[in-house]
Amino acid sequence: MAKLVSLAEGVAELVRDGDTVALEGFTHLIPFAAGHEIIRQGRRDLTLVRMTPDVIYDQLIGAGCARRLVFSWGGNPGVGSLHRFRDAVQNAWPAPLELEEHSHAGMANRYVAGASGLPFAVLRGYTGTDLPRHTTNIRSIDCPFTGETLTAVPALNPDVTVVHAQRADRAGNVQMWGITGVQKEAVLAARRSLVTVEEIVDELTPVAGQVVLPGWAVSAVAHVPGGAHPSYAHGYSVRDNAFYVAWDKISRDRDTFQDWIATHVRTPERDGGRA
Amino acid sequence: MSEQYTADEMMTVAAARQLRDGTACFVGIGLPSTAANLARATHAPNLVLIYESGCLGAKPDRLPLSIGDGVLADTADAVVPVPEVFNYWLQPGRIDVGFLGAAQLDRYGNINTTVIGGDYTGPKVRLPGAGGAPEIAASCGEVVVIVRQSRRTFTERVDFVTSVGYGSGPDDRARLGLRGGGPRTVITDLGVLEADPVSRELTLTRLHPGVTVEQVHDATGWPLAVADDLSTGEPPTAEELTVLRALEATMRTPA
Repeated sequence: MAKLVSLAEGVAELVRDGDTVALEGFTHLIPFAAGHEIIRQGRRDLTLVRMTPDVIYDQLIGAGCARRLVFSWGGNPGVGSLHRFRDAVQNAWPAPLELEEHSHAGMANRYVAGASGLPFAVLRGYTGTDLPRHTTNIRSIDCPFTGETLTAVPALNPDVTVVHAQRADRAGNVQMWGITGVQKEAVLAARRSLVTVEEIVDELTPVAGQVVLPGWAVSAVAHVPGGAHPSYAHGYSVRDNAFYVAWDKISRDRDTFQDWIATHVRTPERDGGRA
Repeated sequence: MSEQYTADEMMTVAAARQLRDGTACFVGIGLPSTAANLARATHAPNLVLIYESGCLGAKPDRLPLSIGDGVLADTADAVVPVPEVFNYWLQPGRIDVGFLGAAQLDRYGNINTTVIGGDYTGPKVRLPGAGGAPEIAASCGEVVVIVRQSRRTFTERVDFVTSVGYGSGPDDRARLGLRGGGPRTVITDLGVLEADPVSRELTLTRLHPGVTVEQVHDATGWPLAVADDLSTGEPPTAEELTVLRALEATMRTPA
């Protein structure tokens, strides 16, 4: 059964230096507050995994938490480039960043294989692109039934996956709805998991399109209202598109970025201790 | 007499006109999303918009900033998990049209959105990367590319093949086992290029009003093929411009 913890306790216990960490959420339900707690606790040498390393990973990369990035699209959705990501790749600032690059279809299937207890996934993908020349774990495989050549990618099994959801009950059963992305697969593929939620309730009322993660499949739940901001929680908040636009300017310059992190993340009363 | 309009507006209108009513269209954010929503609000009310966040049949009344804005989920026929978008809907060829952008494009419609200059580990410019594009380019019935035309973008060779067009010639898609039709049409701010049915080389078939062939040559980094029956397209109608501007205004106001 999932333990109910504070955000600080959850990150301290579940996210360790050198871990492979997946923070998932496809535009919706991105666990920003948990990302900030990882920065505050000074985690280092992380392999960060995420289909769309958008602003949240720009912050973690710029803050020096990452050694390696496994991803399929690294941009600020609807706005442009991620400047901290680019600075790390192009100039090794604040540290060199190793890349393992995939397509969305490949990453999604890697989580599915991880959640399914399989060593790899098979798909029609990557064929003819330059990605397999640089990402050595994109391989081809012949179908044993038809002989057709397909693509294989290895399972993703993060040490820990962190997601945000709308609600949990006191037994740690987690409920999310709206765009649920790849969160279920990412949690089930991981050895440990932390879920931050908008609300803890006595009973989970069913909602159309919901995904429920049973408490016994989750390591810990933390009550973090607003924990997805500037992303959003369907039914609780709307996406703060103005922040994504503003991030372009904040992140372009190293000093402005560091000031922003110092003011908005490292100052503990901002979003620590909310549980 | 037509109103004043910009080259970007002409490009978006031309792209919207390309979409047939009742087809299913995989839409990326930015120009493709604007064009697809313009089509849905004008001549193609039954166009099915599919966003890779899992929103099938989204009917937004405002332009989303991201592929996962709440308005897409609220108005969709179904919201499905991301692995399902790629495995059940895109991979088997259920989607008619894939709408893609490009940072670089070559004469066979191969697309780069990964790195420019230098080499892969030390690029001059690191771009966002693949996202859903490689499999959209592989598996949709056809691909429409929408991109502003310049020598920087229309290059003899792309620095990185993120998404395959026709590879290096007419037989490559079949050889690679790619089941979709590939990039039939490229819509730019200067005109429309179509893949030649035999050579598969992108060929200028239509100019936007007021654009010359010389301008298009100047904005292309290879000796561009020009169709014998090169035509000039219609300018945007008053209705197209009104609807497009109203849609774009929704991006600048809070939800």
